[in-house]
This record gives sequence, C-alpha cells and structure tokens, in this order.
Amino acid sequence: MAVTSNWCRCTSCHAGYGWKDKNFDFSEEKIDCLVCHDTTGTYKKFPTDCGYPPLKDKLFAGKKLFKAVNLSYVAQHVGHTTRESCGKCHFYSGGGDGVKRGDIDSTLIAPSKEIDVHMDAKGLNFTCSTCHTTVAHEIDGRHYDSPAPGRRELAFPRYEGHRVRCESCHGVRPHKPSKKLFDWRLVKLNDHTDRVACQTCHIPLYARGKPTNIYWDWSTAGRHKDGKPIVKKGPFGRPEYHTKKGTLKWGKNLVPVYFWYNGTYSYVLPGERVEKREPVVIIRPNGSAEDPEARIFPFKPHFGKQPYDPVNKLLIVPKLFGPKGSGAFWAEFDWKKSAAAGMAAAGLPFSGQVDFIETVYYHALSHMVAPKDKALKCEACHIRQGGRLANISGVYLPGRDRLVELDKIGQALCLIALLFVSVHGLARIIISLKRK
Amino acid sequence: MKQKLYLYSRFERLWHWAQAILIIFLLLTGFEIHGSLELFGYEKAYLWHVYAGVALVVLTAFAIFWHLTTGAWRHYWPVKEKIPQICYYYAVGIFRGEPHPFEKRPDQKLNPLQRLAYLLLKLILYPLQFITAFLLVSYQWWPQLGIKTTFQKVAYYHTAGAFAFLFFLIIHAYLSTTGRPWYSHLRGIILGWEEVGC
Repeated sequence: MAVTSNWCRCTSCHAGYGWKDKNFDFSEEKIDCLVCHDTTGTYKKFPTDCGYPPLKDKLFAGKKLFKAVNLSYVAQHVGHTTRESCGKCHFYSGGGDGVKRGDIDSTLIAPSKEIDVHMDAKGLNFTCSTCHTTVAHEIDGRHYDSPAPGRRELAFPRYEGHRVRCESCHGVRPHKPSKKLFDWRLVKLNDHTDRVACQTCHIPLYARGKPTNIYWDWSTAGRHKDGKPIVKKGPFGRPEYHTKKGTLKWGKNLVPVYFWYNGTYSYVLPGERVEKREPVVIIRPNGSAEDPEARIFPFKPHFGKQPYDPVNKLLIVPKLFGPKGSGAFWAEFDWKKSAAAGMAAAGLPFSGQVDFIETVYYHALSHMVAPKDKALKCEACHIRQGGRLANISGVYLPGRDRLVELDKIGQALCLIALLFVSVHGLARIIISLKRK
Repeated sequence: MKQKLYLYSRFERLWHWAQAILIIFLLLTGFEIHGSLELFGYEKAYLWHVYAGVALVVLTAFAIFWHLTTGAWRHYWPVKEKIPQICYYYAVGIFRGEPHPFEKRPDQKLNPLQRLAYLLLKLILYPLQFITAFLLVSYQWWPQLGIKTTFQKVAYYHTAGAFAFLFFLIIHAYLSTTGRPWYSHLRGIILGWEEVGC
C-alpha cells in the first residue's frame, strides 16, 4: 500500500497542497500553512481533493458534510500549532482514529494523566511541539531525521535546541529521590538506561486510548452482498470486514514487542525483491546489543496480508482510489487491474499475477507515557520464562539467564551433600538407638 | 574427664550468628534474583540482597579488625596433624563411639579440618563473592575503572560462589550436630561455654 497512484486520497494528509500525480512540485509555495497554523478548527481538507480544502459545501462518501472553508477568516486567526491541529492528520493516520500508530489517537486532544502524563490536560498540558521542537519549520522527530535529532542527554539551549528525546529533559540518570538523599532502588533503575529505552518500562501497554488496527488482510477485500458493499462491525465498534479494505482485527491495551533499536529502520522499498518468507518484515528496527547507540525499545507490530507479484517477487503498489475505468480497486474491485495501474504509476514491472503475502512492520512506541506507578515492574523482564524481553539477545538478564550446566553442577553437588549428611545422620541415629 | 571451657567470646558468637543469618538470607534472595525461587518478589529480593551484602561486608571488616587485633587469626593457621585421623573418625569412629581425635582447647579451638575449611572460606569464597558482587553493582563504571570483562562472566562466578556457600552451609550445619551429646557444639557457639572431653 502506498501513496503512489492514490495521491488525491492520501495527500489529504501526506503533506502537499494539490499533490495529484507524480509530477508534483515540492517547492515551498506548495506547503499548506493553514493546516498546521489554523486555530479556528474550521480548516479541514476534503478527504479526496489532493490536499485541498473544500471551497464549497461538499459531501464525503455521500454522508459526511465538509463545510466550505472561509479562507480569510482562517487566515486572520493563525497561531501556534495545537494538539488538534497536529492531530488532524497524525491521530487519524491509516485512515481512521488510532488505526496506524497505537500510541497516538484523538484521546490526546484532552487526555487524562492516566493516558499521557505529559499531555495531561489538567496537568502539564504539553502540546506536540513542546517536545517536537522546530528550527525554521523543521520539526524534530524520527520521521525527518533518522535517528531523531539531539543527543541522549540533557538538552541545554546553548546546544542545538532539540529536545524530542526523553533524555532531553530527564537526563541519562532520570530517577531522582524526592525525599531521601540516596535511594539504591533508583540508582539501580538508572543503571538500566544504558541498554533499555525509557519507553520500554514507561509505555507498558499501547492503544490505551482508542483501539488500533493490528491485522489488515487485503486479500478478502471486494466481497459484495446482493451487489452492495459489506461493512461488518466487530468489537470496539470497528469494522471486522469492509468491502474496500478486507478483514481487519483491532486491539486495545496491548503488550508491545521489543527489539534492539538504534533509531533507524530498514525498509523494504518499492521495487525491492522479496522472497515469500512470511511474514515479510517491511519495516525492521535496526540495532543490536553490540551497537552502543541501540536500546531495547517497544514496538507495535502491524500485521497484514497484501498483494504480491509472485513472478517478479515484488510487493504490489495497488491503485485503490480513482474513478471507474482507472483500474482503482475501490471502483472496480479487481486486484489485477488495480495492480497494473498502480505498478505502472510507480514505474515498476507487473507480471499480471496477483498473490497475497503476509507482512509485518514495526512501529516504535514513544507516546502515551503512563504514570510512574504503572511503569513495568522488575518481574516483567527478570523472570525465567515468558518475560517481556524473552527474545532479546546479547545481554545477561538476571532472573532470565543462567549457565544451565553451572546450575546443574551446583544443584547436584548440594544434593549429594544433603544426601550424604542425611545418610550419615540416619546411621548415627540408628546406631545410638540400638545401643540403648 | 569432662570440663567446661569458655571457647567463644561474645564478639565471636555475635559474628558467627550474624554471618549465619546474613548468608542464609543472601542465599534466599540471591537465588530469587537468579530465578530459582519466588519468595519476596524480584524488586525486594534485589534490594534486600544488596543491603544484606553490604551488612556482611561491614561485619567482615569488623571481624578482620577483631581477628588481627586479638591475634585470634592464629586459630585459622593450617596444620597438618591428625587430618587422616579426623577423616577416619567421621567415616568410622563416630559410629563406634570412639572419641574425636582432636581435643578442643581455648588456644586451639578449631580442629585441623575446620581450620582448613574456614581458611578456604575466608581466603577464597568471601573474596570471590565480595569482588564479583562489587563488579555486578558497579558495571556502569567499569570503563572508568579500567575493568574489562562481561557482566555475564561475573554473574556466573557469583552464582558458582553461591552454590559453594550452600554446599558449605549443608555440611557445616550437619557437622554442628556431631558433638556429644549431639547439641554440645551448638550450645557452645550459642552460650560460649562448651563441655569438652569424655
């Protein structure tokens, strides 16, 4: 699934102002200022207008009314970005509230402390840009610099001004005693920061606000009942089946998966051959225990089943959005036509055959930091079996790891000693009883 | 002829029993951290293990000072005499009601086998556990201290030391019951006075 060939639908968020085909001019004049700086809440882009807002009242999908935007009114009320203005796109990534991310959704417009200690509307009340600081409109974050800018230490203004990392404010030994002068417990917690990211303990669960999509099977898309599209709602009120999208699974309050992560990813790029070794990892976090920049980090795995060209061994860029006759899947429900149109737009070969392949990508979790009493306890990882870090290699994790042979020898010697003294003692008792 | 001897001074008795409690507690918490037991919960087990370890180091420091200043260290000086006889005693003589080949005296209250066992304990096992424990809590400062090893290796040595302590504890506790009557050694280390001779 890609923006390519689906521009006018996807570019309502994937930033651009009139990005309708591959010839889009990415110069400064095409940047939409208002989508970020509107403070009135009336500036809304029409979902299928290539990133343009509606200038006349318009219905989306025959149901939802998008009112004409009064541009001069909006222009007279520009201001700092807010959680709403950023959230207009970011909370709804993947096509709906919380669908893609799992750690940001519309509850962050006014969250409680339980949901997010930093954004807590009645507490610290951070906006997105409190952490995602900007220098000349370049926003700090992993999506623009990989890894995210700044160093893993306190971000004093006299340095570079980036403060998107937890350590930017909290430092590298972040747990400080509030009453006592010295607390060994906190010293030990601080020792973890060389190998464990803050997020690992402090984001114990994800999708704590709204449900997030965890599995998306495109192969079943396109079914109709009596010539009409099907939308079957499941638990959480989200579709289990949707004719346009296929079979969907949702989750809430989910346990992340953990990997070594140095802030960069390896991506399967369009046109890159992939063997059918399932699931294909489309986005894989980079890092290992040997990498000093890597930390153990929590991720949301997003599983899917998506179209694949078994002859050329390519993931297919399908054309989903468009009018009838364009090959768009959402108009004609024919994967072959959709694949032909999408791959042509992407400039990639297509064999004419469509298969489906299980895929997964991993999304780093950095938002919705829980209150400290909800942070993971030692046993979550320091446990022989079934701990959260059961699959993390390269570190000795007390409680999980041991030298099995050493344990066996030690236990055997102690058991022999016990047996020996028992026999010896029993013999003494028997003999002394006999003597009596 | 039986006689009552004052063998263990107040400090020695305090030292002995404090060690006993600390080592048993360290074994329990340590094997919980190791993942072999579940008693206190990992966090408490870890914290109490460290506190008890520090307490044992402090106690040991006092004991070293005491042994050096009183000259009591001489009790641990290894001697060769009677070792075969003592081994024979525990294997055979004890069942035949023969007397212990070694007679305790205030100026030599430990038999040659005890001297050897306790000397090994103090010269090898204590330093092994203290050094590995120090390394395990200070691993963040290894680069500054110029220490080049792996956490895993140090943890293995510390675990091996723990098994050695457990092994010692089993044998030691049993041998404490081999007096005549069976509780006479125990009474000695509790009250200080022990009936010696037969």
